[in-house]
Amino acid sequence: MLGTTTTLTVRTPEGVVFEIPLASPFSRCLALALDMAVIFALTILFSQFIQLLTIATSGVPVLGRVFADFGTGAAIVLQFAITVGYGMATEWLWSGRTVGKRILRLRVMDERGLSLGVKQVVIRNLFRLLDMLPSTFYLIGGISCLVTARCQRLGDIAAGTLVIREAELAPPALGQLIGTERNSFAAAPHLEARLRQRTTPAEARLALDAVTRRNELDPEARLELFARLAEYFREIAEFPEEITIGLSDEQYVRNVVETLFRRASV
Amino acid sequence: MILDLDKFIAKERFFWDELAALLARQEAQPDRRPPLEEAKRFHYLYQRVSSDLVKLKTFAGEAETTRFLERLVARAYSRLHEDGGEKVPFRPWRWLTRVFPATFRRHWIAFALSFGTFCVGAGFGAGALKWNPQSKADFIPPQFSHLNEKPSKRVEREEQKNFDAFQGRHEFSAQLMTHNTKVTILTMVTGFLWGIFTLILLFYNGTLMGVVIYDYLADGQGVFLSAWLLPHGSFELPAVFLGGQAGLIIAHTMFGWGTNLRLRQRFARIRGDLVTLIGGAGLLLVWAGIVEAFLSQYHAPQFYPWKIGFGAVQLLALILYLAFCGRRPASKKTLSL
Repeated sequence: MLGTTTTLTVRTPEGVVFEIPLASPFSRCLALALDMAVIFALTILFSQFIQLLTIATSGVPVLGRVFADFGTGAAIVLQFAITVGYGMATEWLWSGRTVGKRILRLRVMDERGLSLGVKQVVIRNLFRLLDMLPSTFYLIGGISCLVTARCQRLGDIAAGTLVIREAELAPPALGQLIGTERNSFAAAPHLEARLRQRTTPAEARLALDAVTRRNELDPEARLELFARLAEYFREIAEFPEEITIGLSDEQYVRNVVETLFRRASV
Repeated sequence: MILDLDKFIAKERFFWDELAALLARQEAQPDRRPPLEEAKRFHYLYQRVSSDLVKLKTFAGEAETTRFLERLVARAYSRLHEDGGEKVPFRPWRWLTRVFPATFRRHWIAFALSFGTFCVGAGFGAGALKWNPQSKADFIPPQFSHLNEKPSKRVEREEQKNFDAFQGRHEFSAQLMTHNTKVTILTMVTGFLWGIFTLILLFYNGTLMGVVIYDYLADGQGVFLSAWLLPHGSFELPAVFLGGQAGLIIAHTMFGWGTNLRLRQRFARIRGDLVTLIGGAGLLLVWAGIVEAFLSQYHAPQFYPWKIGFGAVQLLALILYLAFCGRRPASKKTLSL
């Protein structure tokens, strides 16, 4: 398995299919480290607070004696409650997000794409006790994450949950990415239509990525990449020579992207 | 057919933004129940944006906008199709008087198995000590090293102590509560490993208990033992058995005997029962921790009958509660042709 599945595909009763990106074991590990730091900080904070109260009441004859004993007990219970309850409380109140997950833009959700139920929150956090074994090394949970297709620890399997990446919400400003230069392909609308018809979404995405990231590439790699892309798109829809004359491979691909993503056709 | 992407986005963007705003409002206030008009509008927008997504995927293939719409539809879908059962308000009295005992009875075989394994362990421990009295130290773990002492010596020492309610009692109580809760949760969750470790934990705890009981009985300290263990043990041990019961339910789910449902479907069926059982065990353990710290450790001989009586009544009450509480009267069956 080893992380072969990177997305959760959901088919709704209405027949709509969509994909949600899954969190990688590494990002989950980072979120866990952040959460552990928060738990540690909270425990210290509360212990100090109880210690302060104990010191403050130490001068009072009976109350001081009671509080000195009660304070130690309360600190032990609080530490346990924070360790067990932190994940439950934050995931329930913040719809599947702890502090670590918020920072790393992760979220726990039902494995069918539904929102998280309180029973699922409780179960996945109780199973943490098993996942973190041996001691607190998370070996069982870690191995489970690596060998399950959807990166689930045992608690996730029992609770029917998984951790997803929160995708960006804003649609891209295509005009800024592609540029506003005149597209010579517009002179052959029937060929533009053929190009759109024959290009798959994955190919369109590849071409767009190449154009938007062209400045990050080494000059040689850039030349080679656009040469191969241009050659491929020329095979899909061959534009006449009078339209493509003088166009570099990169300009050719930019015209293709502009055609695919911007232009209106019949 | 080729989609005019610019026109399409310009025309539909308004609806996408409206749905995003509604979602943001709902996510900010998860417990808020939207008015009917808002719910209807939400449903309409969800269907419209879903339809836009299908159109975009079929006729355009533009990746960024598709991804944007997928995310929007995913969020709306999760809000719209959330499990209605989860929204039933928690009613503590009903849970205590009906849900918990009924759940316990529904899985009584798992409880019997849990209790039986513990008893087998106890028998083994007692038998081992009878066969070889020198083996006591091999059974007692380091954290209970005080149990290595000869029982009659301990009884003599404990009975001479003065009881001080504020000398480490709260700390001791807190330690017991947290430790026992951890053990109970661990007994439950290890059921995921096909119940093997749940049974081992139950057997191990039983062995320890068997060794202690035999040791005290053989030394003629049965009354002390009862007065010491009954007040808190009458709640603490059943709580551990409940953890074992939950663990064995998980193990049964892992094996999937008698059903052709998939693992996740099988777990979905027992999830509520697991939370109920572990919640009940937690309550018992909190009470047991308090009793153990403030009553069980008070070893004045004149109070032994009271302590034993308290423990016995508590145990009987728990048995009656779990066996009968919340039972509904059997409905009269009528014969119809």
